Amino acid sequence: MALRKYLDSIEHNFQEGGRFQSWYALYEAVDTIFYSPNHVTRSTAHVRDGVDLKRIMITVWMATFPAMFYGMYNLGFQANDILAVSGGGIDGWRGTMIEAFGGYDASNVWHCLWFGALFFLPIYATTFIVGGFWEVLFAMKRGHEVNEGFFVTSILFALTCPPDLPLWQAALGISFGVVIGKEVFGGTGKNFLNPALTGRAFLYFAYPAQLSGDAVWTAVDGYTGATALSVVASQGMEGLQATFSWTQAFIGAVPGSIGETSTLAIFIGGAVLLATRIASWRIVGGVFLGMVLLSSLFNLIGSDSNPAFSMPWYWHLVTGGFAFGMIFMATDPVSAAMTNGGKWAYGILIGVMAVLIRVVNPAFPEGIMLAILFANLFAPLFDHFVVQANIKRRLARV
Amino acid sequence: MEYYLSIFIRSIFIENMALSMFLGMCTFLAVSKKVQAAFGLGVAVVVVLTITVPVNNIIYNYLLADGALAWAGLPDLDLSFLGLLSYIGVIAALVQILEMFLDKYVPALYSALGVFLPLITVNCAILGASLQMVERELNLAESAVFGAGAGVGWALAIVALAGIREKMKYSDVPDGLQGLGITFITVGLMSLGFMSFGGIDI
Repeated sequence: MALRKYLDSIEHNFQEGGRFQSWYALYEAVDTIFYSPNHVTRSTAHVRDGVDLKRIMITVWMATFPAMFYGMYNLGFQANDILAVSGGGIDGWRGTMIEAFGGYDASNVWHCLWFGALFFLPIYATTFIVGGFWEVLFAMKRGHEVNEGFFVTSILFALTCPPDLPLWQAALGISFGVVIGKEVFGGTGKNFLNPALTGRAFLYFAYPAQLSGDAVWTAVDGYTGATALSVVASQGMEGLQATFSWTQAFIGAVPGSIGETSTLAIFIGGAVLLATRIASWRIVGGVFLGMVLLSSLFNLIGSDSNPAFSMPWYWHLVTGGFAFGMIFMATDPVSAAMTNGGKWAYGILIGVMAVLIRVVNPAFPEGIMLAILFANLFAPLFDHFVVQANIKRRLARV
Repeated sequence: MEYYLSIFIRSIFIENMALSMFLGMCTFLAVSKKVQAAFGLGVAVVVVLTITVPVNNIIYNYLLADGALAWAGLPDLDLSFLGLLSYIGVIAALVQILEMFLDKYVPALYSALGVFLPLITVNCAILGASLQMVERELNLAESAVFGAGAGVGWALAIVALAGIREKMKYSDVPDGLQGLGITFITVGLMSLGFMSFGGIDI
């Protein structure tokens, strides 16, 4: 209780007229991390629940941990696997740290994890600090609360980055996502696009050399390793099955963005989110359904010139960022549809668009990111139609 | 059939008038506050485009293009410099008819659209579609499909924007950005979402 007393004793400094008045948002953020706020709703109608936005966001943040730790391990594993053949090591401070505390043994879990951490943690730290800076700055200037939404935004953004993304680009991407994607609309809950994806898409179009192609998915300079989706696009299903096995792709031992390779680890986090009802099962179900429907349709149609037509749904599920987008990105409660019917329509649109972009669009091998952004645009419209239909049905009943 | 379908899909999504060519912006930004009104304007634009593009196509192919007047015994005449003038004339006449029609039969929509209905005449999306029709050398059937597709694409974009703006009533936009400012940012972000079609070749 000493902490409570201390917080109370300094509170007057942050209130109106106090010395650090403009820092109130920061004080409030620290206070509510440790204690539930003591003010209550004053208007008549409200729902009482122990879970508030803060707890929801922290749960989502922790649900990404399986994917995050596996992602770090896999990053190291992929790189060490290549280094074992080519020999040599990593230059610079990372090389020093690897030699001091780990090594280059691909079969050693610690070596892989440590290797991955040296690449992932700087990206995450940059994202977190820069994203947090904008969040706090806007909170202070505009008088809204610092929201734990940026915990989620920053981890999701960092997990979708390729392993050796330059840190200034990570900073630029998260700045665009947080400021243009969220804060200009008034902060958490008031935006219409997923901020993490907005930043990621901005980077993708601004710096394609560092975010696409075959050379960026492993943390070894000059090595080109194709991701599963680009193998399909160029060599078809036979080529894919010759390169990776389905189990390998499901567990995630393939090159790719840091956090999105392991469908298994993502599903462990997803199970938590679905069980606690933080992620809507309707959206997840809709995305899955849309993906299965369109990919099966493409399988039926077939194509001589486009080998990706023959990719079955269970491969779509485990390759690229599909699972990550489905569990963590599509279910963002702010940018998704709010009504039950709208959630299904929104989810199905994402699933359909993701497969459509992957298969039909030669410019982008992966489609889930743009599919979710595209569906975000139409989510308010779906809600509008569902609400109008409800009004109509009820009027008819009168 | 498949060929016409691909023109149609292409003009809706890949070469969306509003979000990838940024045509028709003034009306797009001004009449997108309410889904209802945006939908009405969208339908009006679809109607106008579906009629004006093929009509302009006939005018171009039989009157204005180089050598088009051969049937009247003037094979050396090139009137294509009159293109802009004639297209605008056709559009203006058609919008006038549409306005009278709406005033008589759909007065609610007529008053909701207000000054923006006559302004369809100078909506760049509509003139733009006619000019692109000439540039791409479409024939009559192709230009009808292209006109309808361009209209549907524009309507889709404005309805989606209106949906987002209705949701944004609950946003807390900084003072300097309120109104059009935030709408410009919104449209920019929307076109980022529409980039998903960029590069599809059908």
